[in-house]
Amino acid sequence: MKYFWVFFFAVFPLAVLGLCFAAPSMNWWFPYGNPAMTPLGQQIDGLFYLILGITGATFVGTQIALVYVLWRGAVDTEGKAHFSHGSHELEVIWTIVPAGILLFIALYQMDVWANYRIKANFPSGLVAAGEEGGHAEFSGPIAEVTARQFEWRIRYPSPDRVFHNEREVREWLRNPQPDDLHTVNDLHSPTQEPVMIYLRTEDVQHSFFVPELRVKQDAVPGLVIPIWWQALKPDEYEWTCTELCGWGHYKMKARVVAEPAEDYEAFLESLRESQFDDGFQTASAE
Amino acid sequence: MSTANPAVERAHDDAHAHDHHDIGFVQKYVFSTDHKIIGIQFLVTTLIMLMVGGALALGVRWQLAYPWTNMPIYGSLFGQQGGQISPEFYTMLVTMHASVMIFLVIIPVLAGAFGNFLIPLQIGADDMAFPTLNMLSYWFMWPAIFCFAVALGVVPGLGVNGMNAGAAGGWTNYPVLTGIASAAPGSGAATTWWLLGLTFVGVSSMMGSVNYMTTIINMRAPGMTMFRMPLTIWAMFITAILQAFALPVLTAAGFMLLFERSFGFTFFVPAGLVVNNADPTVGGGQPLLWQHLFWFYSHPAVYIMLLPAMGMVSDMLACMCRKPVFGYKPMVYSMAAIAGLGFIVWGHHMFTSGMNPMLGMTFMVSTIMIALPSAVKTFNWLGTMWAGRLKFNAVLLNCTAFVSMFIVGGLSGIFMAAVPVDIYIHDTYFIVAHFHYVLFGATLFGVFAGIQFWFPKMFGRMMNDTAQQVHFGLTFVGFNVTFFPMHLLGVAGMPRRYADPYLHPYLEHLLPMNQVMTWGAILMGFAQFILLANFAISIFYGKRCGKNPWNANGLEWVAPSPPGHGNFEEIPVCYRGPYEYASPLVEDRDFVMQTDVLPAADESPEPAPEPAADSN
Ligand code: HEM
Ligand SMILES: [Cu+2]
Ligand SMILES: [Cu+2]
Repeated sequence: MKYFWVFFFAVFPLAVLGLCFAAPSMNWWFPYGNPAMTPLGQQIDGLFYLILGITGATFVGTQIALVYVLWRGAVDTEGKAHFSHGSHELEVIWTIVPAGILLFIALYQMDVWANYRIKANFPSGLVAAGEEGGHAEFSGPIAEVTARQFEWRIRYPSPDRVFHNEREVREWLRNPQPDDLHTVNDLHSPTQEPVMIYLRTEDVQHSFFVPELRVKQDAVPGLVIPIWWQALKPDEYEWTCTELCGWGHYKMKARVVAEPAEDYEAFLESLRESQFDDGFQTASAE
Repeated sequence: MSTANPAVERAHDDAHAHDHHDIGFVQKYVFSTDHKIIGIQFLVTTLIMLMVGGALALGVRWQLAYPWTNMPIYGSLFGQQGGQISPEFYTMLVTMHASVMIFLVIIPVLAGAFGNFLIPLQIGADDMAFPTLNMLSYWFMWPAIFCFAVALGVVPGLGVNGMNAGAAGGWTNYPVLTGIASAAPGSGAATTWWLLGLTFVGVSSMMGSVNYMTTIINMRAPGMTMFRMPLTIWAMFITAILQAFALPVLTAAGFMLLFERSFGFTFFVPAGLVVNNADPTVGGGQPLLWQHLFWFYSHPAVYIMLLPAMGMVSDMLACMCRKPVFGYKPMVYSMAAIAGLGFIVWGHHMFTSGMNPMLGMTFMVSTIMIALPSAVKTFNWLGTMWAGRLKFNAVLLNCTAFVSMFIVGGLSGIFMAAVPVDIYIHDTYFIVAHFHYVLFGATLFGVFAGIQFWFPKMFGRMMNDTAQQVHFGLTFVGFNVTFFPMHLLGVAGMPRRYADPYLHPYLEHLLPMNQVMTWGAILMGFAQFILLANFAISIFYGKRCGKNPWNANGLEWVAPSPPGHGNFEEIPVCYRGPYEYASPLVEDRDFVMQTDVLPAADESPEPAPEPAADSN
């Protein structure tokens, strides 16, 4: 029976490895089997694979050791066990080596996080240089997204509006304007260039999650939080909520449409037309 | 002089007390102040709660496998239209499954059941320092169980005060969702009951923890220095300290939320929110405050849910491998390091919460470093097993599973500790996989081993080992079929707490996988009946055993099985550490008990330790 159990514990890591190797081809991997659709997301994927490599090797090593000591324990039955209370050298080795690896993992990640979340590190078009002066290429947010039970409301600044500095952005965030454009659960954005939205919520917490873009941020009552990304390819990206927000949490289904700049502008124009269309036929409409 | 050794003094008192000890049934088995009875009461209660929590989990799993179909049992009791459950019922199941498992199973089974039973026995004391407090700590579980039962929102007639659904804020209970009654069907009275339940659990744990600290510091037998204590005791000691420092924060947070909900205080809810067409909120609270307070407790708490099992597994592995624990002191230090670091990592639950992003980096470094002591412990367990003479019984198997599963859970922790990666996997099934590997995979397998290992001391009889092996095999298979694929679901981006993930096209294809997982869970759930049956039957029909059926070293094996009132026939004197297996000092056997007097050895009993003073 004891050999059965040694075998049993050996099957576990084999099954795990088998499952993990099969996963991508079974479509049990990143959504649609695709790499991230943003440069930052690809860096995140890179870090994921790095950690997967390190932890995978550790997993295999420790499981082999475990099965080995079990097997030895099943074979060696003569006499007494090896009498030892431990080994100072081994303790030092297996403290220092993992410590080094872990510290490396921690420090190596910092930049990606800083670029993702710390506003001063956002791409230059998204942050104005000085408080008042403004930045030559400052473009401001493309939209404000407000979560509520159980939908996402999107407010775009009018295509005519130009933000010169952060103060104007704050002003706009505080005061909805008559020329703003609105959609629900459907956020359009240009591809290639970095874009930014401001996220807020009207009621409870929600979380903005677009898996294929590797973007996630909670919406917190009382806070207005900037998020940026740079979609590499025009597509419709599924957008969900990942912070429990009530019974309908699972159905806050929405999409982020990334499209070439011309299409995006055309979309805003048509949105403006339909939003301000009062049904009154003007003379020019021949 | 007279207070130098309470243990001796108490045993002395008992000698006088022996003749008038005819206490009635109620005092002996119900409102008992005997730590052994209290420990067993905790154990039986938590085993029942384990089945309750498991039943709730199977409801969750059914919905994920066969969404909106007729759910067995639940459907006919609480369902609508053809036995399907409502989404708010699903959220309640998720919430109450986690609450029951964490607050009524894992925490009390470790500290309450094993802590109570083992601490006095392993340090050679006749009972806890404060027996009455100890009894209260058990009986305060019952108001907690009652409150949680009401919070389920299904008890007919208890639909008081506008309660129309069960508590559904998740076990983390984040306001604003839980701060405003209109925010969710379960955020009315049910959440108040949930918070009251939490408070009672907290009171119970706190009474336990002061008792454990006092007992361990003051009541050790002569010669039982700090560094001769079994690792179980070290773990219980460190856990009690963690508990004592972390729990007040949760209790305070719980009261703040109760006051906010009931008396119009505003700690967590900011002004001007219009939730579900209710009046706009007033005041100026901050939702992140709850998250900070909650995780300041709940991160240390995850170690409260693990450290005692680590200690117990170390004890059991040494005994079943007939070999001293490898690196006893590094084991102690790494537990202390885990406890210390455990207080400065709570922010890793909040990477995407909107807290200051600078903090993300600090918490990433501290969190990744907490994996280090965990790694050291793992290597030491492997070292303990290496070149041992293994006894292949279910105790060893469960302990081995503990190590094996803890490795998986620890490694997945590193993915989540890495902030950029956590952006993607936070609040997905990857998290669910992680904590089930550490809490079920590690802690619960450790508990299964512990039940069998100390059962003879509790009842004077052995559990059936074959049945335990079958139980182990089925549980291990069921567990991995259920939980390993959750890592993959997480990578696929499937969020937690979704009543119907398949509404989203990118998750549709995961349905068959979820069905397989659900059948794994059902297998695992039913396998627990083997444990329960074995437990119940062995109490009456198990093989009788003597004082030391495992040939172990600890002081508890000097006492009769089961120990009588006052535990020891005579005060044990401790001459050495608890792990002298395979010692060359004795010829005829491979263990040396802590109390054995060996003429050859130059070990001597040290004088009874002064309170808090530590020799060695
Ligand atoms: C090896 C060291 C460990 C590391 C590095 C680690 C890291 C983490 C991180 C970063 C999270 C948050 C993930 C997120 O929500 O995005 C987390 C969640 C969690 N961890 Fe660990 N962990 C470790 C060990 C443990 C242990 C030993 C336990 C319990 C015994 C545990 C229990 C939990 C639980 C219950 C949660 C989820 C709470 C929730 O959101 O509901 N972890 N862990
Ligand atoms: Cu949500
Ligand atoms: Cu944590």
